[in-house]
Amino acid sequence: MSQLLQALVNGVMTGTLIAVPAIGFSAIFAVLRYPNFAIAAYATIGAFAAWWANVAMALPVPAALLVAFAVTGLIGVVAEETSLKRLRNNGALIVAIASIALNLVLENIVRFIFGNEMRGYDLPIARDMRFGDLRIGPQQLQSLLLAVAIMAAMFLFLRYTRFGKAMRAVADNPDLARLKGIDPAKIAIVTIFIGAGLTGVGGVLIGLDTSIDPLTGYRVLLSVFAAAVLGGLGSIPGAVVGALMLGIAEELALLVVPATYRTGVGFVAILLMLTFRPRGILGERAA
Amino acid sequence: MLSYLIFTLTLCAIYGLLALSLNLIWGGAGLVNLGLAGFFAVGAYASALATGAGAPVLIGWGAALVVGAAVGLVVTFATLRLRDDYLAIVTLGFAEVIRLVALNERWLTNGSDGISGIKAPLKAELGTQNFAYFYLGLATLVLVVVWALLRRLDASPYGRALKAIREDQQLAAFAGKPVLRFKLQAFALSAAIAALAGALYAHFQSYVSPDHFQPLITIYIFLAVTAGGVGRPSGAVLGAYLVVIFLEATRFVTEWVPGLQPVQLAAMREMLIGIALILVLHLKPQGILPECIPKAPVPPTAA
Repeated sequence: MSQLLQALVNGVMTGTLIAVPAIGFSAIFAVLRYPNFAIAAYATIGAFAAWWANVAMALPVPAALLVAFAVTGLIGVVAEETSLKRLRNNGALIVAIASIALNLVLENIVRFIFGNEMRGYDLPIARDMRFGDLRIGPQQLQSLLLAVAIMAAMFLFLRYTRFGKAMRAVADNPDLARLKGIDPAKIAIVTIFIGAGLTGVGGVLIGLDTSIDPLTGYRVLLSVFAAAVLGGLGSIPGAVVGALMLGIAEELALLVVPATYRTGVGFVAILLMLTFRPRGILGERAA
Repeated sequence: MLSYLIFTLTLCAIYGLLALSLNLIWGGAGLVNLGLAGFFAVGAYASALATGAGAPVLIGWGAALVVGAAVGLVVTFATLRLRDDYLAIVTLGFAEVIRLVALNERWLTNGSDGISGIKAPLKAELGTQNFAYFYLGLATLVLVVVWALLRRLDASPYGRALKAIREDQQLAAFAGKPVLRFKLQAFALSAAIAALAGALYAHFQSYVSPDHFQPLITIYIFLAVTAGGVGRPSGAVLGAYLVVIFLEATRFVTEWVPGLQPVQLAAMREMLIGIALILVLHLKPQGILPECIPKAPVPPTAA
C-alpha cells in the first residue's frame, strides 16, 4: 500500500517535470502546426546553460532557470529562423524531418563543447523528508514548486497578456487571426522563444533530479511526446494533464516491469490513447 | 585501402536497401517511418538468431523478411488511421522500444554484449579477402534485384495507386481504391526490405548489438532519400551511395583538423550530417533525380 502511494507521489513529481517541456512542445505545435523534434536538443541546451550559470557563475537555481530560459529561447528562435522557417510551406512532415536534423546539429554542438561526461549541478545534499512511510527529497519538492510556478505563469501569460491572447487566436484559427490584424510572423517568433525556453527550463528541472549529459533531452523526448499526445496535441492544459497521467503511469509500471522499460510505457500510452481516443484527453482540433 | 573500399561499397548496398524501403513507404504512399532503425534491427536479430540456431543463411534471410513484414503489419495496424505527425511520433517510439528490448531481454539478444560469431556464408571456403569480394557482389545483387522489382512496382498500376493515395487519400478512396489495404501492404513490404537489409548487415559484420541500431541510421536514410529524390527508386539508391561516401569522407576531413578530442571529431561528423540534411531540404527538396511523373494514360475513345 505504502509502495503504491509512494509510486503515486513520485508519479506526480515526474509528471510535473515532464509537463514543462510538454507545454513548450504543445505551444509550438499549436501555433506552427508541426511536431518539433528539436525540443530534445532545446532541453539539453537549457540543462547545460543552467549548469554553466550554476556551477561556473555560482548562481542559485532559480536564477539559473532564467538563464536557461533566455539562452534556449534565443537559440530556438535563431534555429527556427535559419533552418525551419522557409520549409513551413512544404508541409508539417518536411519541417518535422528538418527538425530532426536540427536536433542532431544542436545536440552535437553541446557534445563538441562539453564532451560526453555526465555533470551534476552544485546543490546542497539534503536528507529525504519523511511523512509516515513516504519519502520526498527536498530537491524534488523545490523542482515541483518551481514547475508549478512556471506553469501558473504560463497560464496567466496566455490568459491576460496581449501576446498570450494573440497566440491563442492564431492557434485557434490562423486565417481569422490574420484578418484581425495579428502578425503571424511575430507570433511565431514569440511562440518559438517561449516554447523553446520552457523546454530548456524543463531540461534543467529534469537534470536537477539526476545529472546531465548531451543526451539528457533525447531521453525524455518520447515522454514529452507521449504527454502531449495523451493530453491532445496542441492543447496546453492537455499537456499538463497528459504529463501527470504519464508520470503516474510510468511510476506505477515500475512496480511490475524493469526500470529500463520506462520509455516503453510512454510508447504504449501513446498507442492506447490513439486507438481509443485519437484526439487525446483535451484535444479537439485533430483535423 | 582496397579492403576499406570494399567495406564501404558493401555498406552502400545495405544502406541502398534501407533507402529503397523508405522510398517505397514515404515516396510511394506518403507515410513517414521514423522507425527504420527498428526494422533494420528486427531483421538483423531475426537472421542472427535463426542461423545461430543452426538454420542456413538463406533461411535466416527468409526469417528476417517474414518477421520484418509481420512486425510492420503490427505497427501499421496500430497506426494506420493516424495523421502524418502522429505516425512519425509513434514509429520513432517503436524504434526506441525495439532497442530497449534488444538491450534488456538478455535471454534472447544477449543484451548490450550483442550476438557475435554470426555465420558468414562461405567465409571458411573463400578466405577473408575473397569473402569480402563475394559479399560485396551478393549485397549488390540483392540491391539490384530489389531495385528492379520496386522500379516495376513504381511504374505499375499498383505504384500509381499508391501515389494517388499519397497525393489525396480521400480522392483515392473515392475512386474505389482500398486505401487501408494498400497502406498495410506497402508498409509491410517496406518493413520487410528494411529487415532484409538488417539481415545482410548482421552476416556482413558477424556481430550485432543494440549500439548498431541508433536512431542516427534513420536520419542517414532520410538524408539519402531526400538527396537522391523522393519517389524514385533510382534516386533512393543513388542517395544512399552518396550519403555513405559523404559519411566516410567526413571521417578523413575531421582527421585533418588538429587538436580535437575523439568525441569532438565524432560530434563534428554528426553535425555535418544534420547540416547536410537541412541544406538538401532547403536547396534541392526534389533531390538529384526528381520523381518522374508519368502522363495519365489516354482513355480509349468510345467508338
